[in-house]
Amino acid sequence: MDILETIDLKIGYPPSKVLGQNLNLSCSSGELIGLIGQNGVGKSTLIRTICGLQPKLGGMIKLNGDHLTDKNPNAIAKIISVVLTGKPQSLNLSVLELIALGRHPYSGWLGKLRSEDKSKIDDAIDQMQINYLMGKRLYELSDGQLQKVMIARALAQDTPLIILDEPTSHLDLKNKIEVLNLLKSISDSGKSILISTHEIQLSARVCDSYWCMDFGKEMLIGQPRKLIESGALQAYLHIPKETLI
Amino acid sequence: MIQSHIDASTKKWRLSLVTLILSLGACSLLSISFGSVNIPFSFIIDHFIGNSDNKIWSNIITQFRIPKMYTAILAGSALAVSGLQMQTLFRNPLAGPFILGISSGAGLGVALVIFLGVWLGGFIEMTGIGRSWLLVSAAALGSFLVLGVVLVTSFRLRNTVSLLIIGLMFGSAVSALVSILQYFSQAENIQAYVIWTFGSLGSLSWSELYIMLPIIILSLAMSILLSKPLNSLLIGDAYAESVGLNLKKTRMLIIINTSLLAGTITAFCGPIAFIGLAIPHMARMLYNTGNHLLLTPLTILLGAIALLIFDIISQLPGSQETLPINAITSLFGAPFVIWLILRKANINYTV
Repeated sequence: MDILETIDLKIGYPPSKVLGQNLNLSCSSGELIGLIGQNGVGKSTLIRTICGLQPKLGGMIKLNGDHLTDKNPNAIAKIISVVLTGKPQSLNLSVLELIALGRHPYSGWLGKLRSEDKSKIDDAIDQMQINYLMGKRLYELSDGQLQKVMIARALAQDTPLIILDEPTSHLDLKNKIEVLNLLKSISDSGKSILISTHEIQLSARVCDSYWCMDFGKEMLIGQPRKLIESGALQAYLHIPKETLI
Repeated sequence: MIQSHIDASTKKWRLSLVTLILSLGACSLLSISFGSVNIPFSFIIDHFIGNSDNKIWSNIITQFRIPKMYTAILAGSALAVSGLQMQTLFRNPLAGPFILGISSGAGLGVALVIFLGVWLGGFIEMTGIGRSWLLVSAAALGSFLVLGVVLVTSFRLRNTVSLLIIGLMFGSAVSALVSILQYFSQAENIQAYVIWTFGSLGSLSWSELYIMLPIIILSLAMSILLSKPLNSLLIGDAYAESVGLNLKKTRMLIIINTSLLAGTITAFCGPIAFIGLAIPHMARMLYNTGNHLLLTPLTILLGAIALLIFDIISQLPGSQETLPINAITSLFGAPFVIWLILRKANINYTV
């Protein structure tokens, strides 16, 4: 069964701004998907709609076979974790405090960490290789370090699906590659990952599949290598063929 | 692995907590010792041991100073905690318990009673207990009226910043109404109103304290239970929802909680400024954490200690005069906030 499935999904902003319709998408476990498209085409809107942070205009979203609308926020939080664009509102949190927020769907009334929570946090820190940042506060981190910490928070949430909105923006080339490789290793461990990105050349190496969006057109879906070699991706994105080879 | 980090910070937190509890005890004793009537410290010890020989002094202690001490502790902790919650909810270091117009609403209630009471005939002639209850009820009604309007709007809004602006608008509109009432009033009524705005910790009798105590204790307990949702609000509304928070419900609970705290205190003691704004920052300086489960108890204790100290200062120890508590808190609170802003180039750092 697919972890995420959309049926005739319609996204946008009421009353009349439609950014996408008849979206029939699916994502199986362990898959790393790249969401590609120009600025303003609706990538973030699609991500926010799938996460339940924004109402859909029509159609259906299924998580693990159940309708998204039937689930309460806490149940959704056990299936999807997100890393959004931009920095978190408060930077006066310690790295540990931030990652611990990922355990909120599981912790009790007071949010105290149990031993299982602590071991999940340990695992997330190990997997993102950020042990050396443990004692720091968020305002002390570089953009690349902060992004890894935010991903660790999503990992600590222990969900089968992780969605990241432009995880490589504002990062230097080395950090972009590091973050993408870490995401690849997370998806190899069995989690599904959906990222929106403008780094087509870099992400083509790690993504199993591309979801491409353009204004008023049907989405283009396929394996990155095949889409690029055939020139279908370049044609869809209105760019010369040779730029991506 | 993270356990060692958690252990180290828990140890430091326990130390801060114990220090504050001891300071609270010391300040409470000092607060009972100082007042307009000079009572020697040895007598206070005797009084608590139970072998006091001076009926008048004993009476002053049990009927006046102990209720005032409790009032200061409750008011200080309640205002500090509601300030902390407003700062987190609006992610604004300059937010305080009255940011949504709670004290303006209370002021309007009191102003209506004082100014229109005369006009309707005779309310103001009531003296003593009857009048004090009338003012308390009017202030409570006024602040909960504002709270009701803010709550209804909060349901219609998704954006927290809009709510902040709307709260500020309500506050200023209500203050304007009070100004108009004052404009058409006689001098002695204006004086009565101005005296209310000075705030007072010493005017509460035991019977009023018995009403205030359970409300504040329950709301403080509720504040501890709100720690988890407050923590998740720190990284932003969207992230908070993504870890399973019901944003509108949480926002409503936080507003009700802070309004109960700040509204009740304002109803009984009048407006007391700056505690709510400055104390959460002091708590963060003492023990810097984003975890409200740790920060809230420290803020409660620090607020109580601060208001006890302000109250002792306002008694002008050694003299017969007493200064208005609302002026003293602002007099000491304002330089602190100014210093805070000058010290931190990036004020966001402190929330």
